[in-house]
Amino acid sequence: MAAPVEIRINGVSHRVPADVSLAAALLSMGFGVMHRSVSGMPRGPVCGMGICFECQVIVDGDPHRRACLERVRDGMEVRTDE
Amino acid sequence: MPRNPDVVVIGAGIVGAACAWYLARAGQSVLVLEGGFAGGSATAAGMGHIVVLDDSEAQFALTSWSVRLLAELREELPREVECEWRGTLWVAEDESQLAAARARAGYYSSRGVAAEVLGPRDLATEEPALRSGLAGGLRVPGDGVVYPPALTRWLLDGACRAGAEVRQNVTVERITPGAVDASGGRIACGLVVNAAGAAAPRLTPGLPIVPRKGHLVITDRYPGLCRHQIVELGYLRSAHTMTTSSVAFNVQPRATGQLLIGSSRELVGWEPAVNQEILARMLRRATDFIPALARLRAIRTWTGFRPATPDKLPLIGPWSPGSGLWIAAGHEGLGITTALGTGRLLSDLMLGRQPAIDPAPFVPGREMPAGAD
Repeated sequence: MAAPVEIRINGVSHRVPADVSLAAALLSMGFGVMHRSVSGMPRGPVCGMGICFECQVIVDGDPHRRACLERVRDGMEVRTDE
Repeated sequence: MPRNPDVVVIGAGIVGAACAWYLARAGQSVLVLEGGFAGGSATAAGMGHIVVLDDSEAQFALTSWSVRLLAELREELPREVECEWRGTLWVAEDESQLAAARARAGYYSSRGVAAEVLGPRDLATEEPALRSGLAGGLRVPGDGVVYPPALTRWLLDGACRAGAEVRQNVTVERITPGAVDASGGRIACGLVVNAAGAAAPRLTPGLPIVPRKGHLVITDRYPGLCRHQIVELGYLRSAHTMTTSSVAFNVQPRATGQLLIGSSRELVGWEPAVNQEILARMLRRATDFIPALARLRAIRTWTGFRPATPDKLPLIGPWSPGSGLWIAAGHEGLGITTALGTGRLLSDLMLGRQPAIDPAPFVPGREMPAGAD
């Protein structure tokens, strides 16, 4: 297994395994809610393969990134819409 | 609803729904027949811009009155109608457009519709996402936005509470005096309203309406990028010249945080496929005005058919004398705005009441400009 990488989630640094999806990393850190629906309901990953669009997060300032399709990278800035 | 309704309304787009709403609330028994599903055709391909326009005195009268009728309902409309009074910001690219904006502001103000001219600095303050170098704009704060299929549904629900009935997936094959032949059989009735939009001439040959195709794009949610519905003043040239194809910058922020991007106009019959070349031109025009749009994610693109008339005014009133047939169609790109005024005007005429605006410019059998279509 590769050395862990450091990502920032909502401004706080976390060490996560290097070879996982961002959705897996977020879930393992307890971030089940990744964005909010139009009516404000909490949303998190359902399909894990880019179809359901429920795991959208902001990655390095870019909104609507699907966490299940992102690999974690060292220094990645992630914001969930909690 | 009794066996033989007083009125059959053909078409449950927003115009047919508004006609049914006013007629049912005036005590008429109303049956609405819809070939597809309510609000599913041109109504679902409209932006939902509630806008006062001054192409002609008649157009100003109908649009400004319709905006007032909707504003009177503002407390009653449920949240899903997404009615927001955002105002329209008409953008002037150069001094000649700004001069035209000043003239329009004077025209609107003198007739009781608020309008103000913005210089380049005020324009940038109101909408920072607009590119620099624009001459200014015209702000019409009383304009609004709705979600058209939801407003249509609300009008139909209200008509049904007043005793109307709506039947969907019913194809009308023929209108005859005192009856319509529908896919479920013959329905005897008093009067008939043809509110079938661009399809209206199929049932009433001779109606001067052609389908004028448009494209829409909707983005993912990017709340706060713009506040007003923003339209280029050149839009009027695009909308009012019957060229084969044209595009204009028209962007609308939705209550959901999404952005609806238009607009295009094409005369290509009933071909519904997305035209990539027109779509590209339309989006280039939009990013010319708001460069940040280029980075946003579009989630859906679709088309629809505006019911266009040669003189840019809808057909509202009786068709041939004694036929019992009435027309409420041909609203082109203004059907969402003018639905309420149309429904009210038509019902007043049908019931022999004095209408609030002059019906003469909308008479369906009026003479049309030659060669306009």
